Amino acid sequence: MTTTPRWRALTQHHLFWPVAVLVALLLINVPFTPDFFSIRMTDGHLYGSLVSIVLFGSPLILVAVGMTLVIATGGIDLSVGAVVAITGALTCSYISDQADQSALSAVLLAMGIGLLAAVVCGLWNGFLVARMGIQPIIATLIIMVAGRGVAQLITDGQIITINSEPYKLIGGGYWLTLPFSIFVVAAVVAVTVALTRRTALGLLVESVGGNAEASRLVGIRSLRIKIMVYVFCALCAGIAGLMISSNTSAADGNNAGLWIELDAILAVVIGGTSLLGGRFSIGGTVVGALVIQTLTTTIYTIGVPTQTNLVFKAAVVIVVCLLQSPKFRAKVFGARFGSGSGAKGSGTPAATPADTTPTTAAAPKMEVS
Amino acid sequence: MAEPLPVLEMTGIVKEFPGVRALSGVDFRLFPGEIHALMGENGAGKSTLIKVLTGVYSLDGGTITLDGKSVRIGSPLQAQQAGISTVYQEVNLCPNLSVAENIFIGREPTRAGRIQWKRMRKEAAELVDRLGLDIDVTAPLSSYPLAVQQLVAIVRSVGTGDSDGAGGGTKVLVLDEPTSSLDRDEVLELFRLMRQLRDEGVAILFVSHFLDQIYEICDRMTVLRNGTLVGEHLVSELDQVGLIQLMIGKAMDQLEELHEHQLHADVGESLLQADGLGRTGGVAPFDLDIKKGEVLGLAGLLGSGRTELARLLFGADQPDSGKVTIGGKQVSMSAPNDAIAAGVAFCSENRKTEGLVPDLTVRENIILALQASRGWTRPIPAAQRDELVAKYIKALDIRPANPEARVGQLSGGNQQKVLLARWLITQPKLLILDEPTRGIDVGAKAEIQKLVVSLSEEGMAVLYIAAELEEVLRLSHTIGVLRDRKLVAQIANGPEITPTRILETIASGEHQ
Amino acid sequence: MSATTQTPKTQGSRTPSTTTSKAARLLGDRRLPVLVTASLFLVMYIAGLSRYQNYGFGEPQVFLNLFIDNGYLLVAAVGATFVILSGGIDLSVGSVIGFTTMLTAWLVEEQGLPILVVIPIALGVGAFGGFLMGYVIHNFEIQPFIVTLAGLFLFRGLCLVISKESIAIDDSTVSSMAQAQASLGMGFLSVGAIVALVVLAVAFYVLHYTRFGRRVYAIGGNEQSAMLMGLPQGGTKIAVYTVSGFCSALAGLLFTLYIQSGDPLHATGMELDAIAAVVIGGTLLTGGSGYVLGTLFGVLVLGLIKSIIQFEGTLSSWWTKIATGVLLCAFILIQRAMTARKKT
Repeated sequence: MTTTPRWRALTQHHLFWPVAVLVALLLINVPFTPDFFSIRMTDGHLYGSLVSIVLFGSPLILVAVGMTLVIATGGIDLSVGAVVAITGALTCSYISDQADQSALSAVLLAMGIGLLAAVVCGLWNGFLVARMGIQPIIATLIIMVAGRGVAQLITDGQIITINSEPYKLIGGGYWLTLPFSIFVVAAVVAVTVALTRRTALGLLVESVGGNAEASRLVGIRSLRIKIMVYVFCALCAGIAGLMISSNTSAADGNNAGLWIELDAILAVVIGGTSLLGGRFSIGGTVVGALVIQTLTTTIYTIGVPTQTNLVFKAAVVIVVCLLQSPKFRAKVFGARFGSGSGAKGSGTPAATPADTTPTTAAAPKMEVS
Repeated sequence: MAEPLPVLEMTGIVKEFPGVRALSGVDFRLFPGEIHALMGENGAGKSTLIKVLTGVYSLDGGTITLDGKSVRIGSPLQAQQAGISTVYQEVNLCPNLSVAENIFIGREPTRAGRIQWKRMRKEAAELVDRLGLDIDVTAPLSSYPLAVQQLVAIVRSVGTGDSDGAGGGTKVLVLDEPTSSLDRDEVLELFRLMRQLRDEGVAILFVSHFLDQIYEICDRMTVLRNGTLVGEHLVSELDQVGLIQLMIGKAMDQLEELHEHQLHADVGESLLQADGLGRTGGVAPFDLDIKKGEVLGLAGLLGSGRTELARLLFGADQPDSGKVTIGGKQVSMSAPNDAIAAGVAFCSENRKTEGLVPDLTVRENIILALQASRGWTRPIPAAQRDELVAKYIKALDIRPANPEARVGQLSGGNQQKVLLARWLITQPKLLILDEPTRGIDVGAKAEIQKLVVSLSEEGMAVLYIAAELEEVLRLSHTIGVLRDRKLVAQIANGPEITPTRILETIASGEHQ
Repeated sequence: MSATTQTPKTQGSRTPSTTTSKAARLLGDRRLPVLVTASLFLVMYIAGLSRYQNYGFGEPQVFLNLFIDNGYLLVAAVGATFVILSGGIDLSVGSVIGFTTMLTAWLVEEQGLPILVVIPIALGVGAFGGFLMGYVIHNFEIQPFIVTLAGLFLFRGLCLVISKESIAIDDSTVSSMAQAQASLGMGFLSVGAIVALVVLAVAFYVLHYTRFGRRVYAIGGNEQSAMLMGLPQGGTKIAVYTVSGFCSALAGLLFTLYIQSGDPLHATGMELDAIAAVVIGGTLLTGGSGYVLGTLFGVLVLGLIKSIIQFEGTLSSWWTKIATGVLLCAFILIQRAMTARKKT
């Protein structure tokens, strides 16, 4: 009987469900590929399904981590896919213009240029959202549409291929027996966690996303914070762009990072961060991104035609969103679940008749007045 | 004089919400051709009663009789079809559509499914004309000011219920605080329309926080308190003092008994001066001087401008006029940040929407204000943070005493204490408390009041707003009296100041 | 404007304020964005005329080709207009179009069904998909963005489930339908273009002359008000997504005719074109304001950009995307300025 409270505490941990799904997905592979969990060493490099899941999932994890902060402020960034393409295109086209494509200084400069472009995109998004007050979906739609055109403009519509050893390292190289991109991801995740949890940024972001008006009345400068998260999100997308173009040693303005914004949003949602903003979990997002990547791998290994991948993804989106919807839970599981945690928004009090402030948002939620 | 039959009769109305009985057996009746005021303070059940009547809430008990027939009202649509129309304070129309459409939408004249625009515009113009209004029905609603939009909402409701839109279908018109943001001329125009409709036989239920308006326009009033009926009176037979007593709920002598001064240490030098500070639609320009260690209580009925005054002092709303000087320096008051930097703290009356971040923990909510002033790059060191939080959880007796608990799950009293802790941690010079004791239990109430006394003894200035007069009297050195969005008097507290005197000031609008 | 209320109409005198506010009213006029887009189209067209006069830009057929080449986009954008007017968004448009091309090609080519049977099936499937999304959005209060994102994945996935390869359509009825032309004297229109114009006309009628259409505007203007005014806002919302699903499927059929094949990657990202056309056409992305006629001009402007880039020869196709993005940005900022002005 003593296990019960411990079990309950475990199931209520915010990472429990994402991790459970991930583990279940991994286990499904075992009957089909008995050596699924085995990792072997060849030529000083580690190989194995787990390694490849992390390797192929790296760009998604990066983008999703940045997206988490944006979503936590109550926003969304649709432009990350385009930013991925722009960064890759700029960097590769700069490298390809060099006489010596493997010169380290040139590669570093090229990466700097690419990331700078990403930061500019982020600033623009942040400016539109925070300063102009445009809805995040709409504001980031602009770069989503135009960005791919810009990327193709940079590459002149071609797929630019490069041959640069140092550049190859980021997305396709190995270091200490592991794919280098795993270290990049680990570094970015560590920096993000440090940035949000070692400083007060995480708290302020959650406060702005959780209750914007209360945050204003407590003196939080939400404008700066919002611009900062959009820049950070674009920067993460930029690094992912470097990684993707490095992995293929090519920049494809049209297809690099296609649909990655949707996968990233999905990863954030699976990771347990509400699309309405507020509480966020970087760990959850990483697990969420791994779930998506594992899903792809699993579909491949169990022999289901790979083309059904998208159908599965759709099913996952629907299930996750339905489970997060307080109304759905109330209808399906009865009222006792409906009012549980995560029932965001239902907690807002009905505008009392006392409210003479003209800004009163008369929520239709029925509560005591 | 034989009374005619009431057009609407609500008997034994019961409405319950989880944990609260909002209405317990309220009776209410409305006669054709009268303007009837529904009066009551916070939590009296006014708005619940209106929502039951208009089908927004379902009924938990009691009956509604309309024109002698028992009716069930399940939705706003059914209410409209039964002849009950409502106009809310925040106009519930579609600003993007034309005036004519707003009047007719949902029941546009059609032929074979095709909307007859010409006929609709013509009928709308006729309706507007008949009611003596000059509004271009083809213009989009958003091109008119709020006052006109409100009139359009009334025109719509008068036309509602008659499928041909010829007008005259409405038997009961509910006006829920329509006047709160109108100027005098606009109110007069509204009243003219109300009188015209009354003379046409419509029964009007009118809710307003402006006492003068009630006495100007209403024929009869019903007073509610704590979800029960206190009484129904003809306006001509109940004076303002009597009405306020009914609303606040204690007979005068009872108030006197409760009234005991706890005046404490003398107040210090001047801290904050407001000169001609005001905001249209908020509160009329006022002068105010708050001293160190002073408790300034604000007395006034609901909607009298108490909250608006407090928000102006905090920069939560931008003033149209006047200036604020704190500690000798003028403060720009363009955003709360300016006020916070000058040492002002504000606990809003709306804990959930304007105070707490419900998803965050008690600890995070407590340190939020301090952290915001430090900026994101300088987090409060963990040890110091935990010590501060533990100290205030203990000092204010916040339960559960768990800094990790989600603040949304705490009781109202404890949420209030979390908010207090949030601001006390910043060591403000002036603490503004807007109804800090509302909706919390008696024990927590007493604790918060004691805290205010001790804070003031330590030299902090407190602006204290409470609905209960005796609470204000017990705590304050000075009492500011508000009536109809004006600061009408500032009275130094003393043994001769009784709740009766304050009531009279509220009722008459002047202090002698 | 407050003066208008204070005096009851006496001696038939309009209050003076109505005249002074004329300029302000023009700025606030909801038709202004449509006019801007229409003039933009005209300016671009005239510029094209003067620049490419010797290359046959002036041929009436070049103008008519705008309809022929963009008929499917127009139909999809009309569906998106309904959704956006109601304050929602539909990301599944491109996938539904792609899915319809696949479904049609598969049913016609591999199942041997006659096209006349396939058309209602395809339309039904699209409308049903839209209905489902609307149902979930309304009943479970999940953001339209996410629900239609799931729709995007689902339909694109279903495309691939049918076949990974593209399926060419050789059916003779389909080819004859695709090649059918309606002569207009100076030029001709294809079946697709005519269907698109009919859809536009029907949409215009529905939005402006039926109660359903006005409810769409009302909900987009203020959903809560619409509810309190007693309008059935739930049913309307579901219907709007059903309309969008239907239009996407119809657009898919037109696309199939236009390209005579089904391909799992057809119309990828077309939801963005549709949304861009709607916004450039002057419809407010927050809902409640706009005209389906504006959407026509939005589509024509996008089509004209493509034509001009073709005529230019040296300009590459990606300039279409950049130009679309720039226009989108300009119109979003204009909209923002208009709504901000209104609030004060």
